Amino acid sequence: MYAIEVSNLQKTFSTRQGWFGPQKTERALDGVSFHVDEGETYALLGPNGSGKSTLIRILATLLLPDAGSVRVLGNPLPGGEAELRRRIGRVSVDAAFYKKLSARENLLYAAQLYRLEPRRAERTALAILERLGLDQRRFYDPLEEMSRGMQQKIAITRALLHDPPLLLLDEPTTGLDPASKRQVQLFLEELRAERGTTIFLTTHDMAEAERLAERIGFLARGRLVAEGSAAELRKRAAAPDLEEAFIRLTGEDFKKNEKEEAL
Amino acid sequence: MIPAFMRPLWAFVFRDWHLTRRYFSWVLVFTFYSLVNAATIALIGVAAHDYQLTLTLVLGVLLWSFLSAMFQEISNSISYERWEGTLEYTFMAPVHRLTHLLGVSLFAVVYSVVRTVVIMVGLLLFVHVSFAGANLLGVLVVLLVASVAFMGLGLVAAILPVLSPENGAQATNIVQGLLLLVSGIYYPVAVLPAWVRPLSALSPATYALAAARKLMGLDNPASRPGALAGAPLGAVTHELLVLALMGLLLVPLGLWVFGLVEHWAKRTGKLKRTG
Repeated sequence: MYAIEVSNLQKTFSTRQGWFGPQKTERALDGVSFHVDEGETYALLGPNGSGKSTLIRILATLLLPDAGSVRVLGNPLPGGEAELRRRIGRVSVDAAFYKKLSARENLLYAAQLYRLEPRRAERTALAILERLGLDQRRFYDPLEEMSRGMQQKIAITRALLHDPPLLLLDEPTTGLDPASKRQVQLFLEELRAERGTTIFLTTHDMAEAERLAERIGFLARGRLVAEGSAAELRKRAAAPDLEEAFIRLTGEDFKKNEKEEAL
Repeated sequence: MIPAFMRPLWAFVFRDWHLTRRYFSWVLVFTFYSLVNAATIALIGVAAHDYQLTLTLVLGVLLWSFLSAMFQEISNSISYERWEGTLEYTFMAPVHRLTHLLGVSLFAVVYSVVRTVVIMVGLLLFVHVSFAGANLLGVLVVLLVASVAFMGLGLVAAILPVLSPENGAQATNIVQGLLLLVSGIYYPVAVLPAWVRPLSALSPATYALAAARKLMGLDNPASRPGALAGAPLGAVTHELLVLALMGLLLVPLGLWVFGLVEHWAKRTGKLKRTG
């Protein structure tokens, strides 16, 4: 059985300027099909606006697909949300927390939503944070006093508290300093080796995708253009590195798009 | 020790308690403002040398303080989550929406009771009134029954921040303002313009106030200062039945409407922080 099985997935968003303005439609996902094996780490690479977050939100039961079939850990979506939610953990690009609450309070709130016993959850949280290299004294500090890297480590801890067999990571290391990035990547590798956790991650970082994932998918303008191992993708595009392979196979330049968006 | 099945419900009480603790200065400011507002309203009765008017205003102020605080806590629970950006995490947790909203409501009731008691004690510094002879236990029963209906209204209003990330929270204030206007908190609904009056029949606060006034003996000619002729609970059976019926209808209605809007938000992508 696949951990994730997606076939011909479609998602379109409509926006309207003001109350009576013209309606604009934007196709976020256009016939996406792929699967992820149990215990596999699969990375989805794509520039901003390519549909990565939309896809991860659908897998996390936060968005409804327009068409196509989605099955996560054997649960069809929509329909199997109640069972699935106990078995997935998600980290989003923005570490969403109650910023005035401490890390402990945020994590115990999340743990209780998953019916975990608070004292046990606290021990689990401290153990995970120690492995992620967070000073345990910061456990009692409000999130607003923490750096983005620290907040992201708390977010990863929150996603793992209930020991889910599937982790959905939406750009988990974006904005982290190199040391924090390495710590998170190492932790994800250990997690997979120790627990066989299936990891589905989206990233901008080619090196991260190559390091962590067995298979990589290239997503551009809502379409899954190519997938395979890093070596297969490089070979297929006859490219020296993954970035060049992405440009050749999708016709999109990652760096150029990011620069344009920054302007 | 909280049993496992109760933990998700307790999680919301835990979270809201700690948020209240962390935003304590805000709580203090809002409670102070409410107290001052209550005192200025109650003093109108003192200035008129009319103990019945004073008691009517005090009752209105306290009852509205309780019901509006509860309504606000429930209806704003979604806006808080939007503000903090945690809405998606709450919605993807394995928690039934009824448990979610009951947890929020449970904290809201306790918070509103404490806040109202503080305002009541504060009011006694400004206004000297005697409740002797009033059926205060009966008033408490009315408040409890009315709470369920107000929870239902809060749930219906909580959809507004889901519908509109930008304007939803403000729209809940309009709903609250309308309830204040049509429920006759400080005046009999009979003084409302004819075109507004039918709306008062739709507000649970109208029935809660009508019942509470009878139980306090405010409309009873036999009442005297310091010796009110409060009615027995049996005298407000009609109001209690209407309130119970409203609660029975509004809570499932609130959940149903919330479910519809949640489905819509997941179809259109409105759960996202920026919408």
